[in-house]
Amino acid sequence: MSVAADPALAADGRRERRFFLSLSLPALFIVGLAAILPLLWIVRQSFLTTAGQYSVGNYEKVLSSGLTWSALATTLELSLGTLVVCIILGIPLALALASTRPRVANVLMAFVMLPLWTSILVRTYGWLVLLRRDGLINAALTGSGLTAEPLPLVYNFTGTLIGMVHYMLPLFLLPVYAAMRDIDTNLTRAAASMGATLGQVIRTVILPLSAGGIFSGSILVFIYTIGFFITPAVLGGGKVNPLSIRIERTLSTFQDWGSASVLGILLLVLMALIAVMFLTARRLMAHNKMGAAHA
Amino acid sequence: MKSLPITIDSVRKAYGSYVALDDVSLDIRAGEFLTLLGPSGSGKTTLLMALAGFVRPDSGKLLLGDRDITRLAPNKREIGIVFQNYALFPHMNVLANVEYPLALRRRRKAEARQRALDALARVKLDGLSERGIGELSGGQRQRVALARAIVFEPRVMLMDEPLSALDKNLRETMQYEIRRLHDDLGITTIYVTHDQREALTMSDRIAVMNSGRIQQIDAPQHIYDRPSTRFVAEFMGEANIIAPGLARRIDGADAPRETLMIRAESLHLDASLAGRDGVALDGTLRAKAFRGENWLLTLALDGGQEILVCIPAALAGGCVELAASQRVTVYAPAQKVHVLPGAMA
Amino acid sequence: MLEAYPDNRLARVALWGFAALVMAFLILPTLVVVPLSFSASDLLEFPPRAYSLRWYENFFGSATWMDALRTSLILGTLTAAIAVPLALLACISTNRLGGRAAATIQGVLLTPSIVPGILLAIGLFFVLAAQGLVGTLFGVLVGHVVLAIPVACIVLVPALARFDWNQVQAARSLGADWARAIGGIIVPQLRISLLSATLMAFLTSLDESVISIFVASGRNSTLPKLMFLSLRDQIDPTIATISTLWTAIVVAVILIVTLRQKS
Repeated sequence: MSVAADPALAADGRRERRFFLSLSLPALFIVGLAAILPLLWIVRQSFLTTAGQYSVGNYEKVLSSGLTWSALATTLELSLGTLVVCIILGIPLALALASTRPRVANVLMAFVMLPLWTSILVRTYGWLVLLRRDGLINAALTGSGLTAEPLPLVYNFTGTLIGMVHYMLPLFLLPVYAAMRDIDTNLTRAAASMGATLGQVIRTVILPLSAGGIFSGSILVFIYTIGFFITPAVLGGGKVNPLSIRIERTLSTFQDWGSASVLGILLLVLMALIAVMFLTARRLMAHNKMGAAHA
Repeated sequence: MKSLPITIDSVRKAYGSYVALDDVSLDIRAGEFLTLLGPSGSGKTTLLMALAGFVRPDSGKLLLGDRDITRLAPNKREIGIVFQNYALFPHMNVLANVEYPLALRRRRKAEARQRALDALARVKLDGLSERGIGELSGGQRQRVALARAIVFEPRVMLMDEPLSALDKNLRETMQYEIRRLHDDLGITTIYVTHDQREALTMSDRIAVMNSGRIQQIDAPQHIYDRPSTRFVAEFMGEANIIAPGLARRIDGADAPRETLMIRAESLHLDASLAGRDGVALDGTLRAKAFRGENWLLTLALDGGQEILVCIPAALAGGCVELAASQRVTVYAPAQKVHVLPGAMA
Repeated sequence: MLEAYPDNRLARVALWGFAALVMAFLILPTLVVVPLSFSASDLLEFPPRAYSLRWYENFFGSATWMDALRTSLILGTLTAAIAVPLALLACISTNRLGGRAAATIQGVLLTPSIVPGILLAIGLFFVLAAQGLVGTLFGVLVGHVVLAIPVACIVLVPALARFDWNQVQAARSLGADWARAIGGIIVPQLRISLLSATLMAFLTSLDESVISIFVASGRNSTLPKLMFLSLRDQIDPTIATISTLWTAIVVAVILIVTLRQKS
């Protein structure tokens, strides 16, 4: 018994919808111009030879070069390394912060978030000062007699990793801390009343209930670190060459736009693969949880 | 101020497969106070928002006077609206809120101020014009919302459950004041509520809505005493719907063969209160409860159907002694026995 | 969370000791540059043997640094002035549209914050090169605007979700057209969120280095680009002065914002 809709009124409805859509247009236009178009341009450029012809030559050249594969390996090592260190440092810190009174925790969180507000170059510079051969940390180490020789802490993989962990840790901490804050205190009390030791409570109650936050934090670490440029460029001292650095060098030093584009696409593919991996992992986790609930 | 009649002609609105307004037609007279009454989800707010211009009907027509406003933008309709949560602008003080519609109409500053102050005086808020919205009580906010809705002299006023956020005493005061304001201004008003007592108290006419349709539209007393459907009967108060054949005439004449509706408070224990042409119902007492101003008895009629009987405390001398399982006969005067048209018990 | 174990003092001390070390790790690099900026020496000695303001004089007296500072401030201001209104309109649009259309629009607008900066930078470089616009302020500006739009949206989307849309309907019923409803009702009520979106858009631009490195040049070099180049080539205490000023300003802004929110 449906009554035919009045066409004039339906047209008014579409017009209103178009009006609201049009409010997005300026933002969409500039994002299309300055983000989507450039990404498409990279795809186009990757098929262009220096002579301006379309070919897959750039791909053959880049994919057959050992430098590409070692850059890929370095990229993954840096991301994975950053993630591991963030987990080791971040989870206990989140646990400590989540177990204090909210007022104290808020003040401490403000300190933890301070690096997030300062320029990445400011922080990188701070690490240079600390980690150099004659820097503060080496001075302390040799001065106290812990080591005879200054340790090579910067312009290498170690220095790059330290810089990246320092950048990512606050971002990793945020979702983990939020997840732990949300855990009902009575749950740990209940576990304790049933005889669980502190270690058991952490393992069987706190970590499983903050898994979602740890997961989000890990995604964040991967998304950010996979394309990190400034930190390896400054703290790597030319010896640490992930994909981002290879892209820059191929472009600036060798003026090889085509190969740089291929490397860029490689980076995008890598990101997409990791995203798919994480999404699959999350689906499996959710599935397991349901299975556990049924058992 | 000349107020206008409203015509709602076959208005339909569906959200996917959910029909919010199912071919609603309604004529509201100029200067009338009409209440849309219904449970939540009955379509009453959708209908109000369609009149305001925030819900676009799928088909049908809305007329203000003889002007078709179906496709008119909300800001061109000249309709005063009081929203459920008042929707006062928290970044403006009381005066600025009330002046706002006049400022939009580019009235001169001094004139706008004077009219805003007049409107505030009308709702008894003189002296609070410089207050922030956050400093007002619920009742005061309600009054600001009223002042803002009338200050630009709209021809029609819509109110969407304006009193639902207030406590009981304040609600009763405001019911009276809103009605008085309506009578002073003579402005056509459509008032939405789910509170049947509020509807009965305030309205010239009530339109009862359910599942997107208007069930009945009539004066409050008629709606209460002569409901046209079982839904209206039960929504308006404690109603006993009595299956055919369960009631007998007191004077022994033929019992009515239709489904009857008798309100709980129309039933008496004393046959003399009903008159000879009234009806009697026989049953056993299931439960009784003292409710302060009255007693509530639950009776199981012969045949199993349960009915509610409400006896005013002043007339309830015999109630205290009544014991469960005791035989009881209750009586209703003929003019309080309503035949439900076409209803199946 | 651990108060169920009041007696487990060892675990508590160990946890807090570790937490303190991690917090020191986070804060140390920002603090260590402060004394260096007041050093009188050309070397990066720590602690400095003598103090002076020579590196501040060096920074403020250098035409190159001052050009970069001016460029960065202009860019930051323009970025915020363009990105925040665009983000506000887009967020109103997605708030009203809802459903798949809104999700798609938000997805597109968030792309720049997910794609690695280096890719945006080289892609933008290619596009600008094709138009002969590399090295212009315009090139860096559009890059910064697309990075700032998602940042502003992150602030504005929840603010609009909290906003009572009845207010707009009330304004409309009282006679306001869309422009007045947005300008007179939405904007004033979201002013705190808009302010913080503006601040964050400004900071996004001020802090952005990768796009600047590839796209900005000459007198249009930004402060981060110049800092990056001087960090790569040779470490100079001038950077310590910039770092100190930067941190001081950021801390001051955060303090002012939090104190104002409290009052």
